[in-house]
Amino acid sequence: MASDLEVTTDRAQRLAGGGWQAVAVHWLRKYRRVWVSTLITSSLSPLLYLAGMGIGLGMLVDRGAGGVGGVPYVVFVAPGLLAASTLQVAAGETTFSVLGSIKWTPIYHGMLATPLRVRDVVLGQLVYVLLRVTSAAIVFFVIAAALGTVRSWWGLLAVPVSVLGGMAFASCCFAYSANLRNDQGIMLMFRFVVMPMSLFSGTFFPIEQLPGWLQPVAWVTPLWHAVEACRALVLGTATVGGVLVHCAYLAVWLVGGYLLSVRVLRGRMVV
Amino acid sequence: MPLSPSEPLIRARGLVKTFGDFTAVDGIDVDVHPGESFGFLGPNGAGKSSTMRMIGCVSPPTGGSLRILGMDPGTQGPAIRARLGVVPQRDSLDEELTVEENIWVYGRYFGLPRPVVRERAAELLEFAQLSERARSVVEPLSGGMKRRLTIARALVNTPQILLLDEPTTGLDPQARHVLWDRLFRLKREGVTLVLTTHYMDEAEQLCDRLVVMDHGRIVAEGSPRALIAEHSTREVLELRFDTHDHTAHLADVDGIADRVEVLPDRLLLYTPDGESAQSEIARRGIEPLSSLVRRSTLEDVFLHLTGRTLVD
Repeated sequence: MASDLEVTTDRAQRLAGGGWQAVAVHWLRKYRRVWVSTLITSSLSPLLYLAGMGIGLGMLVDRGAGGVGGVPYVVFVAPGLLAASTLQVAAGETTFSVLGSIKWTPIYHGMLATPLRVRDVVLGQLVYVLLRVTSAAIVFFVIAAALGTVRSWWGLLAVPVSVLGGMAFASCCFAYSANLRNDQGIMLMFRFVVMPMSLFSGTFFPIEQLPGWLQPVAWVTPLWHAVEACRALVLGTATVGGVLVHCAYLAVWLVGGYLLSVRVLRGRMVV
Repeated sequence: MPLSPSEPLIRARGLVKTFGDFTAVDGIDVDVHPGESFGFLGPNGAGKSSTMRMIGCVSPPTGGSLRILGMDPGTQGPAIRARLGVVPQRDSLDEELTVEENIWVYGRYFGLPRPVVRERAAELLEFAQLSERARSVVEPLSGGMKRRLTIARALVNTPQILLLDEPTTGLDPQARHVLWDRLFRLKREGVTLVLTTHYMDEAEQLCDRLVVMDHGRIVAEGSPRALIAEHSTREVLELRFDTHDHTAHLADVDGIADRVEVLPDRLLLYTPDGESAQSEIARRGIEPLSSLVRRSTLEDVFLHLTGRTLVD
């Protein structure tokens, strides 16, 4: 085949391959096939949640208790929903797609037959998830703000914080999914981890309402930290130190989950 | 490049792979030279795929030494893989993407610039006779088309060695012949092919040289013709009888052939001259259900070496 083409090919090959960027490009190309439907879902779900929980349920709460912590319930619950739904999108992007790429459509095998390393495969996919989750968080935030639930300009920072919370969980989800033999484990995780965490991490009510022994459990979850930080930012009650502590905790989850994912996937693929 | 011109592209010495207590590859020595078409022939579970995965630098050897393109897979895996093309036993295509997208994303894995990848993809789809399907999603394509796409994709980096793990298993005869034709072209262009197969006709068609593997060991090595000459006779007379146990007819054919193998459904008589053996059978008044003279194949070599058939 054309000799000038071979020269270019040869030069490019001396580089260490396409790296994580090539993996992210692959996932984005897959996403192009479904982006319209996910955009509809990611704008419909905040509308439904905010209307149902915030306005419907909120009317009862506000009438009975005069809101939560001095603000109407919809204002209280919106940042919680932002963090929780961002985390759910992140979990959704690092479960079936990870297990599927090992078992059903073994695209990781294809990737690892090239110069790509296991860490490129994990990092590239997480970068794609980051983009996907960020866009979902922005859509949610815009709708929440349009409904008048954002009380401070600091609230803009709730977008990156909720994304950090989602990614902190996603990186661990990746490790968990990469270790599964079948998809039952995914159902179990959504039912017994994601759902309870969404309900009891301060999303819908302050965790002070929980029995005393359950509160420390909520403190451990990444979602509680994301919810707390997002809510403080949106209400304009945040302190720099408080937000930084929450973010640092989430960053530990993120990095730990990434390292664990690389380890688990290597153990699964390089045998 | 650390590889001197005389050094083989692949050199394995005492190569071992174990999984727990199970020894998949049990100390094999292999040399593959540039431009050669080299085969691993053996039944399922012989250790062919484990060997291929070690050569593909995705499975670290348990013991022995392995050098590929003059490099060490343990420390230079990415650099080696940059110059390999891999066709795995099970297609690893992205079935949600189109045919051409599969080649595009794969080319990016090698760090090839986008215009180069686009141009290569068009050439490769032409080669794989898939140009008309370039924009089709992969999922509904036939097995033969997916296989050809996997091969086209594996060539995107103009590899020095193409590894094919059971390239035609599960394909219908027509699809196999189309694939063989494509591989034959690559061979003529000087691409070094390394393939595994449990089809003797495939090995005979494609391999200049092959090793026969059984239970993780190499039991014979040579060109297909040399192996047949060494371990079999020129012709084989196959006799079927109306009986449950063909051992009962061993005495009848005594002395007619150099060697006789008993299979569950027939006797194989190894002889340089099948027709003479056939007339001798008739002269003795033996009446088999069917009698067929054919040339020896690698299947006979394998049977002789291991006492078992290749595909069961």
